[in-house]
This record gives sequence, C-alpha cells and structure tokens, in this order.
Amino acid sequence: MARVAVGARAASAFRGVAAGTGRTLLVLALTFFGLLLVTFLIGRVVPIDPVLAAVGDRASAETYARARAELGLDLPLYQQFAIYVGKVLQGDFGRSVLTSNPVLTDIGRFFPATLELATLATILGVGIGVPLGVIAAARQGRWQDQVIRVVGLLGYSIPVFWLGLVGLLVFYARLGWVAGPGRVDVGFNDIVEPMTGLILLDSLMEGEGEVFANALSHLVLPAAILGYFSLAYVSRMTRSFMIDQLRQEYIVTARVKGIAERRVVWRHAFGNVMLPLVTVVALSYANLLEGSVLTETVFAWPGIGAYITNSLLNADMNAVLGGTIVVGAVFIGLNMASDLLYRLLDPRAR
Amino acid sequence: MSQRAEKPLGWRRWLLAETPWSRLQAELGQAYLAALSFARNRLAIVGLSLVLLLLLIALFAPLLATHAPDAQNLTMRLHPPGAAAWFGTDELGRDIYSRIIYGSRITLGIVSLVIILVGPLGLVIGCAAGYLGGWLDTVMMRLTDVFLAFPRLILALAFVAAIGPGIENAVIAIALTAWPPYARVARAETIALRHSDFVSAARLQGAGALRIIRRQIVPLCVSSVIVRLTLDMSGIILTAAGLGFLGLGAQPPSPEWGAMISSGRRFILDQWWVAFFPGLAICLAGLGFNLLGDGLRDVLDPKQR
Repeated sequence: MARVAVGARAASAFRGVAAGTGRTLLVLALTFFGLLLVTFLIGRVVPIDPVLAAVGDRASAETYARARAELGLDLPLYQQFAIYVGKVLQGDFGRSVLTSNPVLTDIGRFFPATLELATLATILGVGIGVPLGVIAAARQGRWQDQVIRVVGLLGYSIPVFWLGLVGLLVFYARLGWVAGPGRVDVGFNDIVEPMTGLILLDSLMEGEGEVFANALSHLVLPAAILGYFSLAYVSRMTRSFMIDQLRQEYIVTARVKGIAERRVVWRHAFGNVMLPLVTVVALSYANLLEGSVLTETVFAWPGIGAYITNSLLNADMNAVLGGTIVVGAVFIGLNMASDLLYRLLDPRAR
Repeated sequence: MSQRAEKPLGWRRWLLAETPWSRLQAELGQAYLAALSFARNRLAIVGLSLVLLLLLIALFAPLLATHAPDAQNLTMRLHPPGAAAWFGTDELGRDIYSRIIYGSRITLGIVSLVIILVGPLGLVIGCAAGYLGGWLDTVMMRLTDVFLAFPRLILALAFVAAIGPGIENAVIAIALTAWPPYARVARAETIALRHSDFVSAARLQGAGALRIIRRQIVPLCVSSVIVRLTLDMSGIILTAAGLGFLGLGAQPPSPEWGAMISSGRRFILDQWWVAFFPGLAICLAGLGFNLLGDGLRDVLDPKQR
C-alpha cells in the first residue's frame, strides 16, 4: 500500500515537473540562442579579416570579392547568422587554424581532461565543504564559525593561478609529494588507449596500475586547488541554508523533546538542506569549468580551458568561439539540470 | 571632568532619540546604529582596515616606493628578498616591492572603473525592468539569463579576443560580463516595492514612472547594490588579474599584479619571490573587500543575517 502511495506521488511529481519543463526548455532554447548570438557578434567584430587571411594581402580586388562571396561574408548579417546557427547545430564549428583539425574533434579530445579534473575537484569540494558549512551553522558566531568563514572568504580572494603556482612550488618542487605539470609523465604517454578519455578510468579498465598511480599523482594537486574554490562556495551556501533551517520551529520542537543536538543538526536540519544543496553542487561544478581555464594554464593540463587560451593567444578564432560555445552550453545545461532536479525533488517548487 | 564625560553621552542620546525632531537626526541615528553593529564585527573591521590600507598605499605610492617601478638594474637580476630589495627583484632587476606599491593604483583603477560602469547601469536596468514590467522586463531578464549562463572569465576572454588585449579593453570586457547580477538584485528589490503604499501614494499624487523610479525605487535599491558591489570587487580584481596573467589584460611593462605573476611564473621553482608577492597582494586586497562586503551585508541587509 505504501508502495502505491509512493507511485502516485511520483506520478504527480512528474506531472508537475512536466508543466514546468516546457517553460524551462523554452528558456534553455532562448539562452542557447543568445549564446550563439553573442559568439557570432564577437566573431564579426574581431579585427582579423578572414578574407584577407584566406587570399593574402597581395590578391586582386576580384579575387578578394570572390573569396568574400565564397565565405558568405557578402550576405546580410541576419543571413550570415542563420547560416552560422545552422552550422553550429550540426556540430560544425569550422577548422582550427592551429591544429588544422575540425574544432569539434579537438574539443572532443581536450574535454575529458577537464571533466576528470572538475569531477575530482567537486568531489573534494563537496565532501569537505558541506560538513564545514554544517559545523559553521551549528556553532554560529563562535570561533569555529569565524575560522570557517575566513577559510571560505579566502577562497573568494585567492587567485587560482597563483595558488596553483605556490602549490607546485611547495608540494612538487620542495616536498616532492606530487608529480608536476601535465597529465602523466612523458614515459607513460600513449600507453593507455583512450576509451572514455578519462585517464583514471581508462587505465583502470585496461589494468595499467602504474599509469593509474602516475596519473593520480598528477591530478591530485590541480584537483585539490580547484576543489578548494568549490569548498569555499559550497561551505558558505551550506552554512546559510543550515542557519535558515535551524531557526525553524520544528528544530525547537525537536530540542524540547530532548533529542541530542547532533541528531537535531545532522538528521533534522541537514535532511532539509540536502535539497537546495543539489543546486549548489551543480552550480559549483559549472563554475569549476571556468576555474579550469586558469588552472589548466598553470598545470599544462591538456583540457578545454588550456585549448581556449592557447587558441586565443594564436588568434585562432574558430577554436576560441567553438570552445566558448561548448563550455557555455555545458554551463547552461548544468544550470537547467539543477533547476529541473530541484523541481522534481521539492514538492513546494512545483 | 564630569562635563567631558557627559558630552558623548549627550550625543548618544541625541542620536538614539526615539522621537527625532528632524529627518537628519533620524538618519544620523540610523547610521550610528549601523556603524555600531558594523564595529562589533571584528572581521569586518579587519576588512575595512585592509581596504583603507590599499587606498592609502595607492594614494601615497611615490612616497612608499623605494625604487621607480620600471627602473631596471641588470646587475641585480632575480635578487632574493633582503635589505636591498624588500621583496626581491625580477628578471630585469626591477624592485618587486615598489612595483607592487604602484600596481595597487592599477588594480584600484580597474575596480573603480568597472563599478562606475556597472553599478548605475545594473541599477537603472533592474529598476526599470522591475517597475515597468511587461515586454521590457521579459527581454531584459532573458538577456541577463544569457550573460549569467556564461562562465564570466570565458566570456571576458572571448570579448578581449574580439577587441584586442589591453587594460582598457579588459575593463570593458569585465564590465560587459558583470552587470547582470546587479540588474537582477535591483529588479528583485523593485518588484517587492512596486505595490507598497508609498509607491501607490506617489502614483496617486500624479508622479510619472520615471519620477517614481528615480525618487522612490532607486534610493531603496542602492544599499543592496552597494553590498553586492563590495562583495563583487574581489571578483573583479581576480578577473582582471586573471586576464593579466593570461597576457590579455595589462601589458608587461606595467606593474599590474596579474601580469607580474605571469612573468614570474617561469622562475617559480627557483626564484619564487617574483610571482609570490604580487599574488599575496591580490589575496590581501581581495580578502579586504570580501570581509568588508560581508560585514556591510550584515548591517545593511538584515534579511540575510
């Protein structure tokens, strides 16, 4: 019988979500459209003339005009935009000048490294940040709260690239606890056949224990540093959610009934905080994509952030805009997913 | 003696009078209470001190610096910190301490420019969208959605790629990516205020939309926008430093902290001081603004306490 009730509840939950989903999808489409518009406009105001790049600056006026027409640059702006949208939707971001591969192929190669980094960082950040936030809220105003507040605020104040450099100096150069920049040592390159592109997963599946250990020792430092920034965000949000809950009347009731404080905090209050935290975790995961741009530069990590900056410094606009679209799309997607998940889990949000 | 002891008490009483007989007195009383509650927050005071220190350093940079920021001394290349150069010297023998002192001017300059551009813009867009509603609101909020849906640094990167590197362009790129949260905050406040009695009263007196937004709505939204700005300043500092680090913000000879870290990066393993001290400066500046903003939020925005 309980099962039936649960089933009915789930069904109504899905109906509520479905109603909201339509709107969410519309917003999603509009946002993605805006993303394309922004990247398109950026691509048009770039001081590099793509025609000149194609024909060289000694070409005659006719050759120039023909090349311009071939590239579709003589069409009105809105038509150019329509063509651009059509191409992007088919996954055609053009070719990278630097690697001479299609941009999408490049991104497919670089993205897993970022994914691996951001995932481990999120695990670290959430695993430590959530308990810290709960403790800060339970000890509001006392020294534990102040210490955790400063730890969190430092995470908002330290430049990630600088912390990366200092981390390399201390843990790699001085203490020798971790491996240096890059994903694996040179000797371990190309041993593992990329299946998922996630080197930890690939090396495990292929039983290459040494590669796994080496990759992990390369991954630990950048992931810990990115994870610290996730920790700062997650712990602050957890604290403010917890404080909201601890002020509610059911907490007073629980305390009056004589339930142990630990249980009040962790079972009663924290149980109600887990839901909004889902959103926070998704957002922090998305933010790490951004942090990865600078971290990857410092750690020579072959991910999407390093790809974008490297292309940028070499004026490879197709690659920059392609990378921006992919990162933006993942970012939008994560935002929407957290929104939907929240609505699915919390009956009040329907 | 006793008179001197009573005098501050008299001020206090005047400030805290329950029935103030002028608007000024009431406002000063409120400000006094806010200052008291701010001063009780020790971390906020630390933040305020750090920010004031940064302002003083920027103001008196020529007096505080021991060397000219771009004076090269090739016989003193990569000299470790010591009496001759407090924070050491870089690869061209320039004094890092003096460069950091002068760099504070660049950092504060970037931050002020961005907030001057972004604060009023966000405030006006948010209040107008919230008060007028309708299609304007929809369009504006979808626009902020698009910008918020972007990782900020990557958007700034793409903008800089389009308009070219340099400090002015970095400011423009940061401003272009920074305004939406302010518009959101101001809009939320406005919607909460839109149907309150004093707004209706103003409308019944015949005030137009523009006047109501300007005289009734904007003044009440300012405080939350200021809090948000203070909290955001460290973010602006970090983005500017990040652009400088990637070589897309301030360009090398300039003693911008991010660019200094970028040039010190090659020496991090042996001559650590070249990159270390500018980063420390960024941390302290950022921490100052964050602690200050945190304290201000507690005082000015009781809802979030």
